[in-house]
Amino acid sequence: MAKEKSAFLDNLGRIYAMYTVVFIVFVLALAVAEQMGLSSKIIGWTFMGVTIALYAAIGIMSRTAKVSEYYVAGRSVPAFFNGMATGSDWMSAASFISMAGALYGNGYDGLAYIMGWTGGYVLLAVFLAPYLRKFGQYTIPDFLGARYGGNAARSIGIFAAILASTTYLIAQVTGVGIITSRFLGIPFNVGVFVGLGGILVCSMLGGMRAVTWTQVAQYIILILAYLTPVTVMSFKATGNPVPEIAYGQILQKINHREAQLIADPKEQEVKDIWKQKAADIDADINALPGSLEAKRQGLNDKLAALPADSPAADREQIEKDIAALPKTDAEAKEAWTKSKAAAAKAGGPLKIYTTPFTNMDKANMLALTFCLMVGTAGLPHILMRYYTVPSVKAARSSVGWSLFFIFLLYFTAPAYAAFARHEIITNVVGQSFATLPAWVAAWGKVGLFTVKDLNADGILQFAEITLNTDVIVLATPEIAGLPYVIAGLVAAGGLAAALSTADGLLLTISNSLSHDLYYKMINPKASITTRLTISRVLLVVTAVLAAWIATYKITIIVELVAWAFSLAAAAFFPALVMGIWSKKTTKQAAVTGMVLGLAVTLYYMIGNRFYGVNWFGIKHISSGIFGLPVGFLTMWLVSKFTPAPSEELQEFVEGVRYPRGSGTASDE
Amino acid sequence: MDKLKLEAYWNENKKLTWITMIIWFVVSYVAAFFAAELNSITILGFPLGYYMGAQGSLIVFVVLIFNYAAKMNKLDRKYDVEEEEEK
Repeated sequence: MAKEKSAFLDNLGRIYAMYTVVFIVFVLALAVAEQMGLSSKIIGWTFMGVTIALYAAIGIMSRTAKVSEYYVAGRSVPAFFNGMATGSDWMSAASFISMAGALYGNGYDGLAYIMGWTGGYVLLAVFLAPYLRKFGQYTIPDFLGARYGGNAARSIGIFAAILASTTYLIAQVTGVGIITSRFLGIPFNVGVFVGLGGILVCSMLGGMRAVTWTQVAQYIILILAYLTPVTVMSFKATGNPVPEIAYGQILQKINHREAQLIADPKEQEVKDIWKQKAADIDADINALPGSLEAKRQGLNDKLAALPADSPAADREQIEKDIAALPKTDAEAKEAWTKSKAAAAKAGGPLKIYTTPFTNMDKANMLALTFCLMVGTAGLPHILMRYYTVPSVKAARSSVGWSLFFIFLLYFTAPAYAAFARHEIITNVVGQSFATLPAWVAAWGKVGLFTVKDLNADGILQFAEITLNTDVIVLATPEIAGLPYVIAGLVAAGGLAAALSTADGLLLTISNSLSHDLYYKMINPKASITTRLTISRVLLVVTAVLAAWIATYKITIIVELVAWAFSLAAAAFFPALVMGIWSKKTTKQAAVTGMVLGLAVTLYYMIGNRFYGVNWFGIKHISSGIFGLPVGFLTMWLVSKFTPAPSEELQEFVEGVRYPRGSGTASDE
Repeated sequence: MDKLKLEAYWNENKKLTWITMIIWFVVSYVAAFFAAELNSITILGFPLGYYMGAQGSLIVFVVLIFNYAAKMNKLDRKYDVEEEEEK
């Protein structure tokens, strides 16, 4: 066993290089088959089937019954490969599918996500990763427990880890459902459980070890899938096959064309129609509760007045409209407020793409960037990955490799957004409705890209387009004129992104419960077999619960994911950083700081989102900006008034600060 | 292990950390703060403000981390606190 393992580790580079080549050959073979008439349905199924089977196979091959293998992959993952694994652990369905769309819609201000989700790795590299590796246990609550003694800090850690990871996990499972249902044409709920199978086979048998080697495989697929379409698109649009360089000139064209659109009277006409709509909806909202009843009555009357011989489609349409009406006044208010905001936005002035602070003010953009950065450095499923490398030295460079692999996708996302925007404002806007490109109709059918001739002039205005952000990445293969096999590749990439993140989160949650809560706090005498069995059972239970919740498609989940960053920032970052960087920080200080930081963050999130609490105009998504300083300040202050940590604990802090003696994983 | 030596090691680490954080802060927050002004400069065809947010800061982040790792490894050897070579 040991021999076999080291043979695998010695040949990692060759194995994954071969894997990459085989995967490319597989895609090319499918492309040839497509030319020979293979249907797109079969291509979709082949992609999904082959990749999920592959991940499951890696999971089965990496099964283990050793504690250190299960929790930290035996601390034998080289820095480079841990970087790849962290990359796919980190990049979720949202990064892969939705981020480019967010950039398309928000212009410069969307870059808060690009900087925020990369800059956090610098914090990780200098403040946390090497020291956590030197400490060298299994989980993040482990560190809190050891540094601050007793169960209080550990318990808060467990609570925060589960809080931040669960919503995130549900969002990934939802992503799996959306991708599989869209590409395989199966119902969403079935798609969720198909994906779940793929996640479970992998993480349940082999824990961190299996997840690590699967994540490396998933990274390779997702990065190939992300870079291929945009490279072709770039070559077609500019003659330069490096999209990250080529889109500079495209940006200038976009700005130029947008200035034209702003001056276009037809655009203004459409905007006025949107403004009128917003005003109408506003009137409806103010006339609640009567207006909802009146609408229902109106539709019912229309249905009753339909002549008996009218086509069934008309009747169905009205019945559908009635069913689509909000059920209660509160629901109506929520839904109409949202559509009012959308209409008002569509009727608002067009923003020049690269001009900063047009969708978010400066304070909010900077605050969001900051919360995403610190949150990145506080998310347990990422921190945990740095326990798996063999040394402190490896931990340091592994953070660099992580960011490098993430960077490859993140610095390409703005190129996607720019090419798509350029295509839309030059080749779609201004066309007559009869001559729109074919992809517009294709994505209109699934409701991701809708156009409506509001001012009835037969020409498409920019303000007449409504799109779902996901369409930017999903439609790019078609816009670039690529065969269906590339669309399948993109779907496989999105699936890899969602599955790999789900795997990491699932492990974090089940380890918090099985290792931190059960083994460390409830039954420290538990045998290895018991511990691993409990861990595996909890993993399955958590996954099924997450999938079950995902089938309800609760819209607030997306918002909750953004909240996870502020929560992680406030809960973990101060306690971890102070624990390493200040010997004088006491247990009482850490516990009060974590509780207060979390409390302030949660208070502002909920207060700002639902009850109109407003501090300096900061949005709830950046609540961590308040919780974080409160956490740090509290820890510093309380430490001044509580007895200093014991000599032993100070020695412990000293110990994590230098690399010597990092050792290897014991298999206790 | 020698306390004084460890303290000197830690102080050098702190200095390096500060320098890293200052650069990190300038390329992200200061650049974003002045994004509108920077946009009047064009670099490689990009408005500079946009470029910093979309690429420039990211490239600096990657370089910063590898630089930090290399400097720290050197520091480990200088103060003789590097890991044992047993693997």
